[in-house]
Amino acid sequence: MLVLPRSCWYRIVAHCLDWLPLEACGLLAGMVQPGQPARVDEVYPASNAERSARVYTVEPRDLLRADRAAEAAGLTVVGVWHSHTHTPAYPSPTDIAQAPDPDWHYLLVSLSDSEPVLRSYRIVAGEVTDEPVVLTP
Amino acid sequence: MAVEVRLPNILRPLAGGEPVAKAEGATLRDVLDDLVQQYPGLRGSLLTAEGDMHRHLVIFLNDDDVRYLGRLDAKVADSDTLTLMPAVAGG
Repeated sequence: MLVLPRSCWYRIVAHCLDWLPLEACGLLAGMVQPGQPARVDEVYPASNAERSARVYTVEPRDLLRADRAAEAAGLTVVGVWHSHTHTPAYPSPTDIAQAPDPDWHYLLVSLSDSEPVLRSYRIVAGEVTDEPVVLTP
Repeated sequence: MAVEVRLPNILRPLAGGEPVAKAEGATLRDVLDDLVQQYPGLRGSLLTAEGDMHRHLVIFLNDDDVRYLGRLDAKVADSDTLTLMPAVAGG
């Protein structure tokens, strides 16, 4: 399960819409507490270095900036989000093959319908498992 | 030159579990070689079979991406900090 404050969700959606028609991406940060559901406390919108509607790479400088900002706030980068502009919110073969960390949460936002659709996944050794996302006030 | 190497979570189990390692060398190549000497399990995550930088790894020398500093030939100085991060990409 992934707990996501509504304010973070709105920022994620705004960033995804800003980047249309290209894919958008960013990092998720939270406080890791063993035995507790993962919770996102901060989101760091990033540039898509690929500037593509099909693939994304988090701009390395934004990756460093997010990592440092999270650390300064006592948080850890716990995942990544990106948008699918024309396909459902399910990890593509590229997402699965390139998932960088089995401990991360992989948030997908599909913009292919009239409303943004949010899904979250764990990706471990090529195996995809979806997880519920709980939006909190 | 002794530098501090900050490791991402995913690589820490291969390097004694610590978030920061110390390594020595005059270039990035030397530093990574020293790191691999200390922690042989890191080799496949840092370097390709041909000895190049792994494409799934992003390395910063202080605030700068080493791809713009000569990659493995980037010069390092005492007290520099290297930050290793997994490239984050998909489709």
